[in-house]
Amino acid sequence: MVSLSDVRPVEERAWFKTERQQNAFRFIVGGDWTLPEVPRLDPKLRALDLTRAGTAEIDGTALDKLDTAGAWLLLRTKRKLEAAGAKVNVFTIPKIYGPLFDTLERDHTAPPVVIPHRGGFNYFLYRIGRGFMHSVNQAYEMMGYLGRVTVETVETIGPQKQLRWAAFVHQIEETGINALPIVGLLSFLIGVVLAYQGADQLKRFGAEIFTINLLGVSILREVGGLLTAIIIAGRSGSAFTAQIGTMRVNEEVDAMQTIGLNTVDVLVLPRIAGLVVALPFLTFFSDVMGMLGGAVMCYADLGISVPAFLRQLQTAISLNTFLVGMIKAPVFAFVIGLVGCFEGLKVERNAESVGRLTTRSVVESVFFVIVLDAGFSIMFSILGI
Amino acid sequence: MSAPSTNREVVISVRGIVNGFGGQVIHDHIDLDIVRGEVMGVVGGSGTGKSVLLRSIIGLNHPLEGTITAFGKKITDADNMEMRALQMRWGVLFQEGALFSSQTVAENIQVPLREYTTMSQELMNEIASMKLSMVGLPEDTAKKYPSELSGGMKKRAGLARALALDPELLFLDEPTAGLDPISAANFDILVRDLQKSLGLTVVMVTHDIDTLRATTDRIAVLVDKKIRVGTMDELRKDPHPWIHEYFSGVRGRAALAS
Repeated sequence: MVSLSDVRPVEERAWFKTERQQNAFRFIVGGDWTLPEVPRLDPKLRALDLTRAGTAEIDGTALDKLDTAGAWLLLRTKRKLEAAGAKVNVFTIPKIYGPLFDTLERDHTAPPVVIPHRGGFNYFLYRIGRGFMHSVNQAYEMMGYLGRVTVETVETIGPQKQLRWAAFVHQIEETGINALPIVGLLSFLIGVVLAYQGADQLKRFGAEIFTINLLGVSILREVGGLLTAIIIAGRSGSAFTAQIGTMRVNEEVDAMQTIGLNTVDVLVLPRIAGLVVALPFLTFFSDVMGMLGGAVMCYADLGISVPAFLRQLQTAISLNTFLVGMIKAPVFAFVIGLVGCFEGLKVERNAESVGRLTTRSVVESVFFVIVLDAGFSIMFSILGI
Repeated sequence: MSAPSTNREVVISVRGIVNGFGGQVIHDHIDLDIVRGEVMGVVGGSGTGKSVLLRSIIGLNHPLEGTITAFGKKITDADNMEMRALQMRWGVLFQEGALFSSQTVAENIQVPLREYTTMSQELMNEIASMKLSMVGLPEDTAKKYPSELSGGMKKRAGLARALALDPELLFLDEPTAGLDPISAANFDILVRDLQKSLGLTVVMVTHDIDTLRATTDRIAVLVDKKIRVGTMDELRKDPHPWIHEYFSGVRGRAALAS
């Protein structure tokens, strides 16, 4: 670790002394009054007793070097003397430092701003309050935004507006087709894991064959849809926020508005619509890959052949099991798209807010997906499906 | 503002620098000396590598060939410790101020102080507010975050941070670009004042011919991948078409006539 005093060696150590004669005060300084010496001088100068002086003299003729930090200490001492009622009638420093000192004295008149200390119980309470109010505002704004998107979507169905098909198809490719490998691989692996864990437990009761029931119900009803939605929230929800957010930073969104383009039409609807179409297909793909992973594991671990697997699967699940999983997908897609675009449009004109809001967008959409999933579970159990 | 005599100390010496990107050469064996206490302007058309030259000198960009010496130390093969030692002796103002967005202006100014000295928080606060008044920013700026500042205020705050350690050498990248003429003129006066009272050496990349006239002692012009150095009066007589156009075009004449 290099410190400043290694780089700028002090040739003459800074020193000061004080003399008192009745009510005349003399403050004599010398040496290098520069930044490396300032931390050492500062506490000593603060401890000086500057009261009870009628007249004061500051003698800096012995100064070898002076920079702004050293000049500040001199100026501060001078001001303290004056504040204590002394009259500074002599003030001498080497001529070359005259302009520097004058500049400081002229410009720097206000007392330094005290930066509030961030800590303590009060700040803790303040942060809780701020966080709570932020959530309330966020919820309120998002409701307003949901309303706007709904109105604009309905208008698109009418004759005066049309969905931007090129952007829509592009979004299906971007969020759907390009996500196939990652969704497929992860679903396959989850299928393998579920089958392995299920088989391990059920083997003890000699009920290995029910591993297939476990797989069918859990993947088709819950895991397939939830897993896909969470992957897509991380992959596409974040991309929406980052894309729209970057456009906000570059003032592209403002430019669109001045040209007369509706930002919801151009940026938001194609993204949400594309995702609402793509996510059910991805969920279906995830279901298939998950079952495939389960089938592979059943064959390897339990020796159940594929025809036997399919026969057991047919008795285990009904069409409803599959549909219950699929019906959730468009709802998840809508929420992920809505949150992603909403946070993107909230980005301010600085790069930092893009990162912050992208993180928030992912956290919020995963949160909403899981809350909605729980809501669906409750609803289906009441409906007895 | 005459050309500094040759016997003065050279703080930065650039020898035979070659820079290029993607097979395209932008600097072809450039030499440049910067003398202690002078204000050197760097000008050139878009894409002539003004900022690249500046970034090479401060060690952010490694040239393909050539050597750069600062305070007698070769930057082109300095190790980390030597580089940090050099970095403490200069301050850099980037084009948009480059303030750390997660910190207040006061904290931004205190970053170098906190890193390299052992002073108390109280003194750091005092020094931060003193630097702010030096660059002409109001006191309440200290508590603000960079996103709450205008472009010109960001530049001033960036300058305050660059001045935090009382550097000997100051690098300014387009300090007046995007400022209104009054702010730009104030900035010129500020740079000149600081240079005089602190004895700074200043290297300034700029497009602004008014700033050049008001602040610089010598000017380095980047043309045809080479560099030409001279005082403004010398360069006005230069027959090279770009230089002639730059100093004697409509804007150049207007700036010089005033």
